[in-house]
Amino acid sequence: MISQLSWKVGGQQGEGIESTGEIFSIALNRLGYYLYGYRHFSSRIKGGHTNNKIRVSTTQVRSIADDLDILVAFDQETIDFNFHELRQGGIVIADAKFNPTIPDESRAKLYAVPFTDIATGLGTALMKNMVAVGASSAVLGLDIRVYEGVVQEIFGRKGEQVVAKNMEAIRAGAQFMREQLGENIQLMQLEKADGKKRMFMIGNDAIALGALAGGARFMAAYPITPASEIMEYLIKKLPQFGGTVIQTEDEIAACTMAIGANYAGVRTLTASAGPGLSLMMEAIGLAGITETPIVIVDTQRGGPSTGLPTKQEQSDLMAMIYGTHGEIPKVVMAPSTVQEAFYDMIEAFNIAEEYQCPVIVLTDLQLSLGKQTVEPLEYDKIDIRRGKLVTGELPEIPDKGCFKRYEVTEDGVSPRVLPGMKNGIHHVTGVEHDETGRPSEVAANRIVQMDKRLRKLKHLQFPTPVHKHVQHEDADLLIVGFNSTRGAIEEAMERLERDGIKVNHAHVRLIHPFPTEEMLPLVQSAKKVVVVENNATGQLANILKMNVGHAEKVFNVLKYDGNPFLPHEVYTKCKELF
Amino acid sequence: MATFKDFRNNIKPNWCPGCGDFSVQAAIQRAAANVGLEPHELVVVSGIGCSGRISGYINSYGFHGVHGRALPIAQGVKMANRDLTVIAAGGDGDGFAIGMGHTIHAIRRNIDITYIVMDNQIYGLTKGQTSPRSEVGFKTKSTPQGSVEPALSVMEMALTAGATFVAQSFSSDLKELTQLIEEGIKHKGFSLINVFSPCVTYNKVNTYDWFKDNLTSLSSIEGYDPSNREMAMQTLMKHKGLVTGLIYQNKERQSYQDLVPGYSEKPLTEADLTISKEKFDQLVAEFM
Repeated sequence: MISQLSWKVGGQQGEGIESTGEIFSIALNRLGYYLYGYRHFSSRIKGGHTNNKIRVSTTQVRSIADDLDILVAFDQETIDFNFHELRQGGIVIADAKFNPTIPDESRAKLYAVPFTDIATGLGTALMKNMVAVGASSAVLGLDIRVYEGVVQEIFGRKGEQVVAKNMEAIRAGAQFMREQLGENIQLMQLEKADGKKRMFMIGNDAIALGALAGGARFMAAYPITPASEIMEYLIKKLPQFGGTVIQTEDEIAACTMAIGANYAGVRTLTASAGPGLSLMMEAIGLAGITETPIVIVDTQRGGPSTGLPTKQEQSDLMAMIYGTHGEIPKVVMAPSTVQEAFYDMIEAFNIAEEYQCPVIVLTDLQLSLGKQTVEPLEYDKIDIRRGKLVTGELPEIPDKGCFKRYEVTEDGVSPRVLPGMKNGIHHVTGVEHDETGRPSEVAANRIVQMDKRLRKLKHLQFPTPVHKHVQHEDADLLIVGFNSTRGAIEEAMERLERDGIKVNHAHVRLIHPFPTEEMLPLVQSAKKVVVVENNATGQLANILKMNVGHAEKVFNVLKYDGNPFLPHEVYTKCKELF
Repeated sequence: MATFKDFRNNIKPNWCPGCGDFSVQAAIQRAAANVGLEPHELVVVSGIGCSGRISGYINSYGFHGVHGRALPIAQGVKMANRDLTVIAAGGDGDGFAIGMGHTIHAIRRNIDITYIVMDNQIYGLTKGQTSPRSEVGFKTKSTPQGSVEPALSVMEMALTAGATFVAQSFSSDLKELTQLIEEGIKHKGFSLINVFSPCVTYNKVNTYDWFKDNLTSLSSIEGYDPSNREMAMQTLMKHKGLVTGLIYQNKERQSYQDLVPGYSEKPLTEADLTISKEKFDQLVAEFM
C-alpha cells in the first residue's frame, strides 16, 4: 500500500481530458484523499497537447510531484511528451486504438486498454474517458461505487440511461484493467483515506467566494486567462444577493467602473492578469489620490505583453508595487494557499475601506488554477470592517461649504461619506486637492495632503504578513518565496533537513508595504538566504535586499520557463550552495 | 424644493470669458432643479480637459476622474446606487477620442445616466490641437497643414450603436439645452446630449456666429419624428450632423438595470454585506 501517488491524463485539447481529470479527482476527493491538480494547457480552444497532473495523498499536499506514477494517454504525443516524468515502475495506460508504443529508454510499463472500443461497444466513443477513469481506479484499488454520485450529478439531467451507460463504462474499464494487471494489481493500491468531506477548489474559486463572503456585491471585469473564473463564479452567485457583474469593454473600464461603484459605497472588485493590470495603472493612481477603496486581483501569468498566457510566472511583483505614476498608498498582498486566498479577499475589502486605498491581491496561475483539497473555511472568521465610513445624519454646513472628505487627521484617514447623503457634499478629483476636495496647487497644501495619504499605511495592521516555518534560531539557510511556491519549498525543506542542513522558511504574504521588521531577524539569523521565484530577474530578492539589506548572502533560485517549481528543483538548487 | 441657485457653489470657474461651457453649467443646474432634485441626490462625473472641471462648479456630489473615463466611473456610481441621478460630462476629446470605446459601450449598455459632451472641435486645455470632431483642413498646432482626417459623425454613430436617447444642442440656446437635459435625466436609459460649446480662444472657425449660420433646429423641420430612427439618420446625413433638438428617443427599450437578472431594486449600497451561515454552508457544499 502506498500513501501518495501522481497521476496524469493527456491528449488533445477539447478531447475530454479535462472531464477525465475532473471526474477522477472528484471521486478521490469524496473518498477523503488530499489532491493537488495542475493543468498544462495552451491558448487555443481545440487541439494541441493538454494534460492534467493530479497528486493524490492521504495528507495535505501543495505542490506538483517531481515524478509520475501513472500516465493515462489518449494519444501517442502524450506518451512522447510525458514519459520522461514516469518513475521506475510507473505505468502508462493508453488507448489501444492508436497502437501506443513506449520509448525504449522508458522505465515504465505500458498497458494498452481499448478505451475507444469499449466505449463504442457501450454506445458511444464519447465515453472513452469514463473507461480511462475506470482503468485508473482499478490500479489504485478504488471502490468504483464512489462514482455513482459523481456520474449522477454530471449526467443526471441527460437521463437515467446516460448515467447507467457511463457507470457501465467505468466498470468495464476497471474490469479490463484488473485482468491486465494480474498480480501487479498490488503495486499501486492506495491506503484508505479518512473519508472526510473537504472542499476541492481552484484558487480563483476561493477568491470569488472570499469576495462574496467579504461583502462584495458588484464586480466589473474583462475576461482574461487566468482570472476569468472569478467573474464567472460571481455572475452566478451575486444575483442571489441583489448584485451583479458587468463584463466591460476593457480593463480600463473595469477598473474605473469599480472605482465609481466603490466611491458610491458598494464593495466592488475587479480581477485580471498582467496585461489588464497594465491597462489599469492610471486608474489605480486615481483610486490612490481620491482615497477610494478598491480591491484588484492580479492573477499573474507569463509576461511581458501577451507573454505566456497559460503558463505560470511571478513577474508582476515590481509592477504591482510601483505601478501607476506618482506616489500613492497601496497594499499588495499575496496569499500562498487556497485557504489564505479566501481569507485574504475578506481582509482586502476591510483594508481597502479602513485605509481608503487600492488593495491588490496578487496570485499566480498555479495558485489561481491549481485545483486542490482545502481544509474547512471558517464562517466565524468572516469579519467586515468599514473603517471611517460615516453613517447617520450629518450636521448642516453653512454657506454651501463642503464636507471635509480629506480632513487632515493624525492617522491620515479621513471620514468618508457616500454620495446621496444630505450635508455630505464634497468634491472628488484626481487633481491635488484640499480638505474639501477642491483642486489646489498651493505648495503647502500639496505637502499636507501627500503626507496625509502616505501616513495611512504607516500603521497597517495585517494578520500574518509573513508565513514562517522557523525551526532553528540559527539557520544554515532561509528560503523565501511568495504565492504558489510554498508547497515546493516546504517539500524541499524537508529533504534539506534530512541532509542535515538547518532550514527556515519565510513565505511573504504582505508584499507591500514590505514587512521589514518581520523579515530582518530571519535574514540576520541565517547564514544564507535563497529567494525562490518564478521570474527571470529576482524581483522578490531585490525587494528583500532593498528593505532588509544583507545583499551579500541573498541568492536567487529562478524559474521562468512557464512551469511551476518542482520540489526537487528547489532542493537541488539550494543544495548546490552547500 | 431646490432651485437652480441651490446647485450653484462659490467656486469661480477657470474657463475663458465667453466659453460655451458656462451655459452648459447653467443648463445642468436649471435642469436639475426643474426635475425636482436636491443637490445631494445628484452626482456629476466629469472627464479631463477644460470642460472636465464642470463637476467642481456645481453644488452636488462631483467626481473628476481620469481622461476619457467619465463614463465607466459614472456607470459604476449608478450601478452602486440606482437612486442617484448621475450625469457624466466632458469634452469631445474625452468622449470621442480617448474615451470612444467607453462611449460606444455605454450607449449600447443603456445604463440610466445622462452624458453631456461639450463639443468645441478642438483640444483647448492643451492649447490648441486637432480633435476627432475637427473638420478636414482644420489648422491647429498639431495639424499645421490642416487636418486630413474627417470629423467623426457622432450622432449617426450613436444611432448605429443602439442609442435610446440622442440629442444635440448649442450652448447659446440655454432654454433648449435645459429642456433637453431635463428630458435626458427623465429618460429611462442612457441619454447622450452633444452640445456645441465654442472655444473662443483656440477655435476661430467654429465660432458662435458660425454655429448660428449653420445649425438647423429640428423643430423647424415639418413632420420630424424623433421616434423614427431612419428619419433621424437621414436628417443627420442631410444636414451633415448640424442639427439641434431631440434627434431620437426609444421609449420602449428598458434600461440595463431593469433588464439584468437579479439586480436589486433597492440601491446596492443598502445591501447586507454579510451572508448567513446557512447560505455560506450551501456555497461551501458546492465544492465538496
